[in-house]
Amino acid sequence: MLDVKGLAKAARAEGGPIEIEKQMTLPWTDAFRISLRNVTLRLGRAAITAAGVVLGIAFLASVWTSKVVVEGLELSQEEAHRRQVEAVQTAAGVEEEAGTATEVVTAEEKANRAARQAWLVIMSLLVCTVGITNSMLMSVTERFQEIGTMKCLGALDMFIVRLFLIESILIGLLGSLVGVLIGHLIMLLVFCIKEGWDTPAKMDWAAMAVYMLVAVAIGTLLSLVAAVGPAVRAARMPPAAALQTEI
Amino acid sequence: MAKITCPSCGYEIDTPGIVTVCPECGADLRGVMEEVGHQREEMMATIARDDSVTTHEFIVRTRGLTKIYVMGEVEVPALRGVDLDVRRGEYLSIMGPSGSGKSTLFNMVGGLDKPTDGTCFIEEVDMAQLDAFELAWLRCRKIGYIFQTFNLIPVMTALENVTLPMIFAGMGTDEMMERGRTLLDLVGLGDRLHHKPYELSGGQQQRVAVARALANAPAIILADEPTGNLDLQTGKEIIDLLKELNRESGVTVISATHDLKMIDVSDRIVHIRDGEVERIEQRADLELEIGTLGSEHVTD
Repeated sequence: MLDVKGLAKAARAEGGPIEIEKQMTLPWTDAFRISLRNVTLRLGRAAITAAGVVLGIAFLASVWTSKVVVEGLELSQEEAHRRQVEAVQTAAGVEEEAGTATEVVTAEEKANRAARQAWLVIMSLLVCTVGITNSMLMSVTERFQEIGTMKCLGALDMFIVRLFLIESILIGLLGSLVGVLIGHLIMLLVFCIKEGWDTPAKMDWAAMAVYMLVAVAIGTLLSLVAAVGPAVRAARMPPAAALQTEI
Repeated sequence: MAKITCPSCGYEIDTPGIVTVCPECGADLRGVMEEVGHQREEMMATIARDDSVTTHEFIVRTRGLTKIYVMGEVEVPALRGVDLDVRRGEYLSIMGPSGSGKSTLFNMVGGLDKPTDGTCFIEEVDMAQLDAFELAWLRCRKIGYIFQTFNLIPVMTALENVTLPMIFAGMGTDEMMERGRTLLDLVGLGDRLHHKPYELSGGQQQRVAVARALANAPAIILADEPTGNLDLQTGKEIIDLLKELNRESGVTVISATHDLKMIDVSDRIVHIRDGEVERIEQRADLELEIGTLGSEHVTD
């Protein structure tokens, strides 16, 4: 019943100052458990932060889905066109010029479209990052007292940073998974309605899967990057200042 | 004091000490109470870590401790050269009106902020010489903090709050859980282990905070206005708990307060005014004064 081990560990000193050791434990498993708890129990706050990721990544996913779908449709159209041309050629001799003319226009259009898309995607991700940073800043600020308390209990700056980064990765991962699903499904539905329900069959699903994975990675990374600043700033505060902060 | 169970009928009594006979069956409870008291004494012996009783008389010493806050272009002195010696095992209250610098002194002694000038020694170690890792170790192992606003981690249960400093100290899970339970039992919350802070009353939250402060068997408990957010009765209970810990386990208690109830239990009272020690009163000098005020008197 008695805990004598705690006593046995005491640093003993005779005469001089006591022996000061260095502090450095927060096992990853414990850090993960605490962070996960923070996300699940502060679901409202986490949802607001995640919403930024969801929106940004949903937009990215929708742009990429439409790209894959359009390419798939064009490919099948081109194939149909070529078959048609071949059929015409076999039927009525040589007539090639019309085909090449349409292809040139398509290439130029494609380049324009890609540039426009890249611009939109970059802008939306920038807006999304600003949103997440703001949300993270709020989330860290409202927990200054908690951070100060943890430092009083013996937490190092890096424990605090670690907790917040794990938390932001969790939020980022969850947010971008949801975002990818929403963006992808909505865009696919739109194309199905516009171009017919056989659209999914004409798509390159391998390319789509790669795009989706990249989108999830980008979302998680953005959330992580957005959290670094606020987390480091909070962790560096002297505990006294952190404890006195009122919001 | 913990609950006791009547040996003949199994009835649980919440307030042993007030009743000595079981209200259900009338059995004599004094034997059981003595046993519980003995167990409690044994438990108390493990609560505080007493490293070097024979080596230093003073556990905390400050010399010329000065803190100046710079607010814009104005310099606000919060402490103007405080010299203070805290004896090992004493119950010291720091009293003074708000803004007198007692919280600042608390922060300096607890290693929560750096002084502008002067030195603060804990067990003869100059705090200014410690790096971040050593300072964290000191906060984790040597000092237990209690705050006016309890400062429990809201997403964690009582038990998790108490065991958090033990995680930082690298204690094994089983040992940690056992000690957490023991400590919560000690402060009378053995049946509230898995409650979140918002499910507990103010007094109960402060009890969890007391248990947390004891997590790594500290040598010093620093309490900043521990009764400030509690009603009279609950505040008294917390003070009694701190005094009991101080008396039975020998942990040094330093408490910043302006709660007059603290006078009863303090060995010495340091009065701070405008960042300076105004006067230090010994408990012996106060006994008479309290007697004339007619306050409740605590006998040892």
